[in-house]
Amino acid sequence: MSQPTNVGLRSWIGYRGGSGYLLWLLHRATGLGVLMFLALHIVNIFLLGFGEEVFNKLLYLYQAPWARAMEVFLLFGVTFHAMNGLRIIIQDAFPRAWLHQRRLVAVEVVLFLAVFLPAAWIMVADFLGGAG
Amino acid sequence: MSERSEGGGHDRPAGSGFEPRAWFFMRLSGVVLLGLAVFHLYWMHFAIGVDNIDFQTVVGRWSNPLWRIYDFALLVFALSHGFNGLRYAIEDYVRRPGRRRMVKSIAYVAGFLLISAGAYIIFTFDIGAA
Ligand code: HEM
Ligand code: HEM
Repeated sequence: MSQPTNVGLRSWIGYRGGSGYLLWLLHRATGLGVLMFLALHIVNIFLLGFGEEVFNKLLYLYQAPWARAMEVFLLFGVTFHAMNGLRIIIQDAFPRAWLHQRRLVAVEVVLFLAVFLPAAWIMVADFLGGAG
Repeated sequence: MSERSEGGGHDRPAGSGFEPRAWFFMRLSGVVLLGLAVFHLYWMHFAIGVDNIDFQTVVGRWSNPLWRIYDFALLVFALSHGFNGLRYAIEDYVRRPGRRRMVKSIAYVAGFLLISAGAYIIFTFDIGAA
């Protein structure tokens, strides 16, 4: 990859088209996104050391409406990254699995939707029902 | 380092040394996190419920040392896996050597602070005083 051809967002993130690259991009974006959440999360849990009042006040950060919306993204990120990561691990552990990559991706997508959609549904319904 | 397979994940780096080990560690920690992180997230959401979590919830959970060990393992695996992944991304995007070294150093310092803060609270949090 030579440097001067790096123009535009697409080439900057390394995206080159195709469903394999879409999965690659999602895997990277969700991994980095979850890592960002984790950093905030650790700071948040660290505040336990400042006592009950301080800690409980900041829990608002998890329970505010916009936070509940972000949590659906977190659920998406962790669930997708976990399933795609598992597929990668399986393919690396059993090289012959590469021959069936397309089928494995299809299984992954079905499993992902089967877990994520109901979970997201419960979260959103719970949030809408419990709001106010 | 920008060698990559379709759909995420690097091909195993050739030879022996740090990079093949890091590659293997990403897969090992991935399997571990499949249990630890996924269970933690789904448990917090669907067994406890985000609205029901407060200081006393954590006091209750951390009165059992097994949960502290669980959280410590989650902390160590998620941070080492996540920061090695961040290193892959930095190596793809930050190409000038000096700048790359600087960005990596910042990342490593951040990782060190996070693991210190996380471990500190897990092992010093005193439920007797709470
Ligand atoms: C839930 C179970 C998980 C599994 C099965 C998993 C699996 C994987 C695998 C196989 C890779 C590819 C490594 C390579 O490029 O060779 C990877 C990359 C990565 N993971 Fe995970 N992971 C999991 C959880 C997490 C968590 C909790 C985080 C955040 C703290 C995270 C952050 C990352 C990052 C940032 C990358 C680098 C992405 C890239 O270079 O494109 N992962 N993961
Ligand atoms: C919105 C979803 C989440 C909620 C509500 C939540 C809640 C909590 C709570 C209440 C604790 C305190 C300790 C305990 O009770 O066991 C904790 C600790 C922890 N969580 Fe989560 N969590 C969430 C998502 C995640 C995710 C996705 C990860 C991994 C990437 C994670 C990693 C950790 C770690 C490492 C600790 C220990 C923190 C420390 O040492 O300071 N959590 N979480």
